[in-house]
Amino acid sequence: MTVDFAAKKPGWFSRLANPGQFLAWTAPFVWPLVALTALLFAVGLYLALIASPPDYQMGQTVRIMYIHVPNAWLSEFIYAVMAVASLGTLVWRHPLADVAAKAAAPLGATFTGLALISGSLWGRPTWGTYWQWDGRMTSTLILFLIYLGIVALWRAFDDPGRAGRVIAVFTLIGALDIPVVKYSVDWWNTLHQPASISLMGDEHMPPSMLIPLLVMTFAFTLLFVTLHLVRMRTEIGRRRLTTLERQAAARLAG
Amino acid sequence: MIPLDHDGIFIVAAYAAVTIGVLGLIVYAALDARRVKSRLATLDAQGVRRRSDQRTASSP
Repeated sequence: MTVDFAAKKPGWFSRLANPGQFLAWTAPFVWPLVALTALLFAVGLYLALIASPPDYQMGQTVRIMYIHVPNAWLSEFIYAVMAVASLGTLVWRHPLADVAAKAAAPLGATFTGLALISGSLWGRPTWGTYWQWDGRMTSTLILFLIYLGIVALWRAFDDPGRAGRVIAVFTLIGALDIPVVKYSVDWWNTLHQPASISLMGDEHMPPSMLIPLLVMTFAFTLLFVTLHLVRMRTEIGRRRLTTLERQAAARLAG
Repeated sequence: MIPLDHDGIFIVAAYAAVTIGVLGLIVYAALDARRVKSRLATLDAQGVRRRSDQRTASSP
């Protein structure tokens, strides 16, 4: 019996899993995502810097919140994306899982670094100190170091398949730090305030501040989605390039 | 524009740091994508293609 694979249209799973299919179906999304991200940043920055009022206690420094909170949110969100991708590598051996994990790592490291810097610059005028070894700040610093370790590991291996499995295990062990970052402000007495945005809806922030914060958080999240997509597409291209360069070298040698 | 009080330097520094970081990520992603694309195009021009692409190119 023969099966005509060529005549069969690829299903949704192979469209998602096959790198070639992934490149084809994601191509039309790149520029619209870039445009939408730029638009959201324009609106978000207008609301954050011009339209929103100063805080009655913090004054103008509250404006740092509109960049600090989105970066801090991304530091945890990107790690969650990498942890899911690591499960994809180890459990389902999804061909794009380690591509997704590798593409996300430098983005996570940068946004975590920016959360630490912006937090520090917000802490000095509001708390009187750039740094405090409390639960939230220390666990975020550890998260930053874990990200740097993962970026370094990706650079240390030549074979991305082998690297993917080793780094997936390391990423899942490092994921233990995420609940510590998230709940540190509830577990320990700390200088750091509790969560600014709550899914339970018990907000203590007026809409004039909550709306700019939500728009900026959405803008930063979309920035991550766009950069992640572009970097995943580049990583697939890089792996093709390695194969083709080996092929060309073998042709020259033989 | 917002009136900057004596804490204005911290607001400016925080926004500057985040802007530099974000622009760095964007420029790095764009340059990396362009470098890989142009090297793939060079190899393609030299006739070095994946076996699956060669099959597609030679099929009627």
